[in-house]
Amino acid sequence: MNPPILHTKALTKRYGHHTALTDVTLTLPTGSIVGLVGPNGAGKSTLLALTSGLIRPTSGTIEVLGSPPAADAAQLARVGFVAQDTPVYAALTVDEHLRMGRRLNPHWDARLAADRIRQIGLDPTKKAGRLSGGQKAQLALTIAAAKRPELLIFDEPVAALDPLARRAFLQNLMEFVADLDVSVILSSHLLSDVERVCDHLIVLAESRVQIAGDTETLIAGHHRLVGPRGDLPDLPAGVEVISADHTERQTTLIVRNTGPDTPRALRETPNLDLEDMVLTYLHRAGRITGETTTPVEATR
Amino acid sequence: MIDFHLDPKSGVAPYMQLVQQVQQALRLGMLKVGDQLPTVKHVVAKIAINPNTVLKAYRELERQGLVAPKPGRGTFITATLADDSLSAHQALRTELEHWIAKAEAAGLDHDAIQALITTTLRKTHQGKP
Repeated sequence: MNPPILHTKALTKRYGHHTALTDVTLTLPTGSIVGLVGPNGAGKSTLLALTSGLIRPTSGTIEVLGSPPAADAAQLARVGFVAQDTPVYAALTVDEHLRMGRRLNPHWDARLAADRIRQIGLDPTKKAGRLSGGQKAQLALTIAAAKRPELLIFDEPVAALDPLARRAFLQNLMEFVADLDVSVILSSHLLSDVERVCDHLIVLAESRVQIAGDTETLIAGHHRLVGPRGDLPDLPAGVEVISADHTERQTTLIVRNTGPDTPRALRETPNLDLEDMVLTYLHRAGRITGETTTPVEATR
Repeated sequence: MIDFHLDPKSGVAPYMQLVQQVQQALRLGMLKVGDQLPTVKHVVAKIAINPNTVLKAYRELERQGLVAPKPGRGTFITATLADDSLSAHQALRTELEHWIAKAEAAGLDHDAIQALITTTLRKTHQGKP
């Protein structure tokens, strides 16, 4: 059994008085494609930076692929990180980016990089500064993947892209995953994209993990119960109320079943879709801390 | 070869959407025994979904006895839904017609009958391991 791609215990990061990440305990199995969602300022970039070893935790422990992040050159080669806005060097050509990648990375796959650049139709002689947003993202993805890492990390890879470029990026990324057997963690505001490509989900808000797990299991465990006000059935053990909304006549409960089987009381109730489920947790996080949270943008 | 698509608003799990599209193609005769399903790489590159989703769909189709993987070559159709069960359809339909007549005699309307069938189907499936 391979070690988990990410294993943290009570992981916390503070900047002075500001706590960016609080008490995060997570285990993500190898081979996953993990979607990290949450409002701006929730701690997504902090968690990704800790995972890639760019910053160190204030307290708690973190292991990436079974080792401390960025412990040595070997560990650095196992993880590919693409920061927000998919940075490339504007003055260098596409080909110069690939040559630099070859010099800097011990396991550089030159053929893979060249093939992919040709397939996505990038002109190797063109300066990166003159590429479109979508092409820059594709170049950054190609360089990260040609490192042949075991884990690829993306901070908001598609946020700035138009729908066509976004889909092209995800197609390319999924093709890499199918080809290279690489695990992925990506943060995104776009829940429809997360639903499409991710098999694991982490919802971060107010610096804490609100919920995390296998996407299909999470969706299967969440139900919406609607009934006359005050007349809802007693909930069986293992069923937790996530939110309760009351109108004059009606009560709507969002519940989570944590047991292995769906209790009889929940069998006929519809499951929430991913978007509603995520929003429920974000609203709850906002209410608990008493601050108004900007909800994740559902579509753009 | 067939092409897959994904409807994000359908409420059906993505892997199950792929399964249903293959079943549908089999029922309609668009796929026949010996036909090859698109490779995982082809599907993910085309519709930008998780490769594990495609693998899960193909495993489910294999479990249903509809496809079989040939190592190094791909996944191939091994049964057709249309022909296999077609002969049984008539007898089942007659039984169902009797049952519907009984339900109507008991005062159930169209929607009530539909709801009963849907929930019973779901429960029957849930009861299975």
